[in-house]
Amino acid sequence: MKKLAMMMVAGITALNLAAGTCFAEKIVVAGSTTVLPIAQKTAEVFMDENSGVDISVRGGGSSVGITALIDGNCNIANSSRSIRDVEIQKAASRGRDPVAHIVAMDGIAVVVNKSNPVSKLSKKQVRDIYTGKITDWSQAGGKPGKIVVVSRDTASGTFEAFGELIMNKEKVVPSALMQASNQAVAQIIGQTPNAIGYVGLGFMSGELKAVEVDGVMPSNATVLSGKYPVSRPLFMYTNGKPQGIVKEYLDFIKSKRGQDLVEVQGYVGLK
Amino acid sequence: MNYRRIKEKIYKWIFTVLAFSSLFFLVGIMIVLFKEGTPIFKDVGFFKFLFGTRWYPTHEPPDFGILPLILGSIWVTAGAIIVCVPLGVGSALYLNEIAGFRQRQFLKPIIELLASIPSVVYGFFGMVIVTPFLQKTFNLPTGLTALNASLILGLMATPTVCTIAEDALSYVPRSFREASFAVGANRWQTLTRVVIPAAGSGISTAIILGMSRAIGETMTVLMVAGGAAVIPKTFLGPVRPMTAAIAAEMGEAPMGGDHYHALFAIALVLFLITFVFNIIAEIISRRFRIKLGLSG
Repeated sequence: MKKLAMMMVAGITALNLAAGTCFAEKIVVAGSTTVLPIAQKTAEVFMDENSGVDISVRGGGSSVGITALIDGNCNIANSSRSIRDVEIQKAASRGRDPVAHIVAMDGIAVVVNKSNPVSKLSKKQVRDIYTGKITDWSQAGGKPGKIVVVSRDTASGTFEAFGELIMNKEKVVPSALMQASNQAVAQIIGQTPNAIGYVGLGFMSGELKAVEVDGVMPSNATVLSGKYPVSRPLFMYTNGKPQGIVKEYLDFIKSKRGQDLVEVQGYVGLK
Repeated sequence: MNYRRIKEKIYKWIFTVLAFSSLFFLVGIMIVLFKEGTPIFKDVGFFKFLFGTRWYPTHEPPDFGILPLILGSIWVTAGAIIVCVPLGVGSALYLNEIAGFRQRQFLKPIIELLASIPSVVYGFFGMVIVTPFLQKTFNLPTGLTALNASLILGLMATPTVCTIAEDALSYVPRSFREASFAVGANRWQTLTRVVIPAAGSGISTAIILGMSRAIGETMTVLMVAGGAAVIPKTFLGPVRPMTAAIAAEMGEAPMGGDHYHALFAIALVLFLITFVFNIIAEIISRRFRIKLGLSG
């Protein structure tokens, strides 16, 4: 009886292994939650068209993705920031060679509640709000009311991009509500009349109102042309030059159709 | 015969291994926490880490002061206690002393059901219902506050407190109550002067375990506490408890960097706090059992 049970377990395990290795070519994608929707959508379509390919897409964050790539736990690392020197060194010490592929552009929209009359801010005003120099909307051309500053967590790629593009290395005021995801920021801005926040263009919705930054409204055109000051490239990293099925998948993302999907997800395509 | 003995031995071994596996995991977790957490003390200094008031882990140069996070945890936990002690102990008293058999059979599972609601559901409830409510009621800039987290955590800790307090009350021997009634005490006097003092340490255990539950809760505080790493001054302002900081930042902290080690060090601090809570609870409940003449 016991023997039989053990044989069954062994048999099932062997079957699973066989199914995993023989019947499908597998790509593991992990990393930035900002790039996640792009990876998911393109993976879906790519898998539909190429039976026998299995792409598993995970989030976790830019650093998680790059760490997984260095450790050999994924084929593609999504990242909303470029790789850091420490990470390159670590990769080199393990004999890996991360190669960057820009898959889309992302604008970071500065957003307020839709009831807020403020429609334009200068880069400096945004910075002053986030450093705590401006604390009331009346100081920024709005109705009097204490500004509720909402920011992404200091470790997120979006925060890093915002920090570089807006903050000039200054610190965000400690009373800012630090949120773990774009959705959380959008949720708070939607229900808080005096809040200000920032989200990736892909997360804009009817509840939010984007403001002009330095006189430029965030849009696909202004992000791609570089006119909108708060925009950044999104990356996928591979170990060495991509080959085989990984190359095909990346080529698909960069193709016209892949970039259309990028736009469907609310990001800015490369052309 | 021989076959049987071998079989018995094998079973014994299997269960011994299973029982000790928890110990194995506990020790493993402790080793990892110490190994990954302590390097930060070399760079920052133990006291500067614990009592620093600024948490800017990714800034250049970074600040690793976790006092706002520790205080954030303590505030929401204290608030949760204020909510869950009356609710939990009160329901336990009602269940044990006043409710009839039928009511008890009906109410107890319902209170315990509160414990089975996933914390993300509580968090969602707090975010969508409680937040706008607090915002309007107190005319706040934002409803994501320590008060919000306290209310929800208190509700979440209530079943823990209620169940354990109820057990403690039911351990009070019948003879205690009968003796009290025999000398002419009424129900209220018996409850406040005999039953509650007799079950007191058991109730304290319940409260401490409720505190453990509240301080370790992560998803809910991540969603409703606001997440601002400030030293709290009022329950109506946002806070960033330790668990929320770890959960929010771990995914993005480069492995092996200072920030990564700092988050492990926070986990270590949190672990030590709940560890102490649980040891205190264990000591009190052991005394309680001795006092009532149950097994030591």
